[in-house]
Amino acid sequence: MEIKCEDGGKNLIVFITGDIDHHSAQEIKRKVDKSFERSNAKNIIISFKNVSFMDSSGIGMLMGRYKTINYRGGGKLVAAEMTAGISRIFDMSGLSKIISRAATVEEAVRSL
Amino acid sequence: MGIDNEMKVTFSAKSENESFARVCAAAFVTVLNPTVGDIEDVKTAVSEAVTNAVIHGYENTEGVVRMRCVLSGRELMIEIEDDGAGIENIALAMEPLYTSRPELERSGMGFTVMEAFMDGIEVESSPGHGTTVRMKKIFNT
Repeated sequence: MEIKCEDGGKNLIVFITGDIDHHSAQEIKRKVDKSFERSNAKNIIISFKNVSFMDSSGIGMLMGRYKTINYRGGGKLVAAEMTAGISRIFDMSGLSKIISRAATVEEAVRSL
Repeated sequence: MGIDNEMKVTFSAKSENESFARVCAAAFVTVLNPTVGDIEDVKTAVSEAVTNAVIHGYENTEGVVRMRCVLSGRELMIEIEDDGAGIENIALAMEPLYTSRPELERSGMGFTVMEAFMDGIEVESSPGHGTTVRMKKIFNT
């Protein structure tokens, strides 16, 4: 699994490649929170384009990042480029009420 | 219905084995020529059950998880068993969004996902002795 965090000014853009499960979610949490802490970003955009698998640990990871953003205050979390399989779990969780979705990272940037 | 094929694997209750277990179960059912969606369902359900054994059964300490897969016709039965802490209240544990470990960023969606993605689930547990999760999936032709 690979996690790339790009500092995009007010947005931290995270690209995840590989599987998101309980094992990898812990590493995502560590890396994203560290990058967010070091940046001046308000918002986090996570791209799921290259995520091959996600179970409910991914939902826990998103809920955690939502809290991280709220702790800093005023920002938003956007889930971008979700595949059909990932959308299914995301929709089941009811997270769509608090986390917005975007078809592309560019669309996510425009929405913030 | 008789058993057409069966496999059993035993592995350490380590988080890195969550991916091993789901890939293993997926490989076992390839003989049925399943759809990508069906494979995803099986992988996700196995991942949830094994994660529960690692986090809740053994609370991230040492232990062993056993997975048994049985194929009868186009019906798959997956059994995931641990000798961990067990579940005091199964009905509560299976409630959507319930988690006994909120500090671990758990969504409490594990059993809900297993129920949604499979065609049947049974949970047996004995506090202090362990938990067995038995799931069924029927593959349409």
